[in-house]
Amino acid sequence: MSLAAEQTTANAPLATPHTNVGAPIVRITALRKSYGSNEVLKGIDLDVKRGEVIAIIGKSGSGKSTLLRCINGLEVFQEGSLTVDSKPLIHESAMAMRELRLRVGMIFQSFNLFPHLSVGRNVMLAPQLVKKKETQANTERARQLLDRVGLAEKFDAMPDQLSGGQQQRVAIARALAMDPAVLLCDEITSALDPELVGEVLRVVESLANEGMTLLMVTHEMNFARKVADRVIFMHQGRVHEAGSPEELFGNPQTAELKQFLSSLH
Amino acid sequence: MPILEQWPALLKGAALTVGLTAAATFIGTLLAVSCAWSRVYGPLLFRWVAGAYVEAIRNTPFIIQLFFLFFGLPAAGVKLSPLTASVIAMVVNLGAYAAEIIRAGIEATPRGQIEAAQSLAMNHAQIFLRVILPPALKKVWPALVSQVTIVMLGSAVCGQISTEELSFATNLIQSRNFRAFEAYIIGTAMYLVLAIALRHFLTWFGRRFLFGR
Amino acid sequence: MIEFSLWDIFSNLLLAARWTVALSLVAFIGGGLIGLTLLVLRLTGKPVLVRSINTYTQIFQGTPLLMQLFLLYFGIGLLGIDTSAWVSASIALTLYTSAYLAEIWRGCVESIPRGQWEASKSLAMSFGQLLTHVILPQALKIAVPPTVGFLVQVVKGTALASVVGFVELTKAGGMIANVTFAPLLVYSCVALVYFALCFPISLYARFLERKLHVARR
Repeated sequence: MSLAAEQTTANAPLATPHTNVGAPIVRITALRKSYGSNEVLKGIDLDVKRGEVIAIIGKSGSGKSTLLRCINGLEVFQEGSLTVDSKPLIHESAMAMRELRLRVGMIFQSFNLFPHLSVGRNVMLAPQLVKKKETQANTERARQLLDRVGLAEKFDAMPDQLSGGQQQRVAIARALAMDPAVLLCDEITSALDPELVGEVLRVVESLANEGMTLLMVTHEMNFARKVADRVIFMHQGRVHEAGSPEELFGNPQTAELKQFLSSLH
Repeated sequence: MPILEQWPALLKGAALTVGLTAAATFIGTLLAVSCAWSRVYGPLLFRWVAGAYVEAIRNTPFIIQLFFLFFGLPAAGVKLSPLTASVIAMVVNLGAYAAEIIRAGIEATPRGQIEAAQSLAMNHAQIFLRVILPPALKKVWPALVSQVTIVMLGSAVCGQISTEELSFATNLIQSRNFRAFEAYIIGTAMYLVLAIALRHFLTWFGRRFLFGR
Repeated sequence: MIEFSLWDIFSNLLLAARWTVALSLVAFIGGGLIGLTLLVLRLTGKPVLVRSINTYTQIFQGTPLLMQLFLLYFGIGLLGIDTSAWVSASIALTLYTSAYLAEIWRGCVESIPRGQWEASKSLAMSFGQLLTHVILPQALKIAVPPTVGFLVQVVKGTALASVVGFVELTKAGGMIANVTFAPLLVYSCVALVYFALCFPISLYARFLERKLHVARR
């Protein structure tokens, strides 16, 4: 019997639910970002509570991915402030960036698994290097996480041997291995064949149910409606409309949102 | 054939050729990686220095680099033995060519790989050494193997400053028995064998030790 | 002892550099013609030809140019022909160049999609027509940058002709270094002349490369 099967880890929560429910874990204030003279984020204010699941929707070019990428410092913004778990984002400080990124996991549209490392090593690399996690504990945790995303048997496989859906689930396990407080999902099903979308969304949904704080840019409106606590519609670099899924999808207020929603059908 | 009676000398020469190549490959690759890093990620001064070095070496003949070190430097008070001069010349030569090869590999790294590593809180050194470099080396390994082979073949020139490698041994034999053509045929054939063996060895080495599972 | 000024050194080196240029051109043009012949013979796909040409390129790419020079130098002498360093160096460098160019161009031809061959054949073109009208014009465009790049290798390769006694830039440098007792200065000057010859070619090859990439995107 394999080690992984012996451990009854299958039902253990992926993320420890945070006790301090209600306090904002991500706080974005008056954030502005431009590429040269082209302003793509024109003053964003957003508070995200612990355990909250937020779906960001909008046309391409509305700034939604840029906003997400600002939250873990992949994009540099010019004005405003951003804190995660009350750690401020300071681009100039490697220490501050490390502290922030330890708390923020990210999953990408194009998976971005490290092609030269096996699935298990992909998951274990950052905990080993950044958290100096001891090998045995690291391996156990990686196996446990891969088991949770349904890929326990792929531990020694190489990324190019996996389907897109499987690669994306490994990417989720890799992000979770750092025990982030917030998980950013940037159109994580957009590069997948339609039949593979479901397996990835199911994993995300289980994370949401376990109390993980999630910010996701998504085109899957049904999924957003089902899982999100709050939906944010971005338009031309601003939060144009926000509210519960019922409000936004059921009773859109602005013409832009109405037009966006009707364009989806 | 009387030439073949000289096989100990030829073998000794071949052994030194292999030794020179091994040393040059090892140190030269380290130099090349630092140079490639400098050219892509280094501060402006590093970029400039590495660029000048690469262009200077790639646009002058190896024999001149070798003569400069061996005949030229003593005039500046730096006296090198033939062996030292040969090793340095080979390292410096391989370093420049391999730097360009490795740089191409590094620059081909998809942005997403780096962003993924950043979002996992890895620092610059960790990202370069663990995420960027290994796939880059794997991608350009065949080109590196070719370059090492070229440097090995180029090392024949080191015999000209009396480094006792394979071409030197060949020359010594022909000057003793005056059967120049036969001696050079055998010496050349040995280089061919070395080149083929080196290519197979490095290809195997890469798969077995560098890019295995 | 005669005093040598920097200008004396330089002017002598430049005079000798003419022979470097001449040898490079002979090798490059001769090697190009032979290389092209080898390429066409190879493309016929006749197994004997393909195998012989593979062996030819493997020998020239798998052995030191220096040894090739010695072999030619002593080999021609063995035939009873009294040969000069100039002739043997020209032949050796030409053969060396032909092997490399044939291999570079083969890569370019192979990067032309199979469909081009099939389309031409299905239009009942002959092998000659197919090559001259369809394949080579397309391959030529991709082949120019690496071919120009290889010219740099040829120029640097001619330095080895000094070893069999041909007086070109490197040999002249050695001779001048011996009489001036200023090897550091002389070899620096020699390196500078080579650099002045090679660097513009390198830059041009890189420029062509970039242009090609932009055009193909």
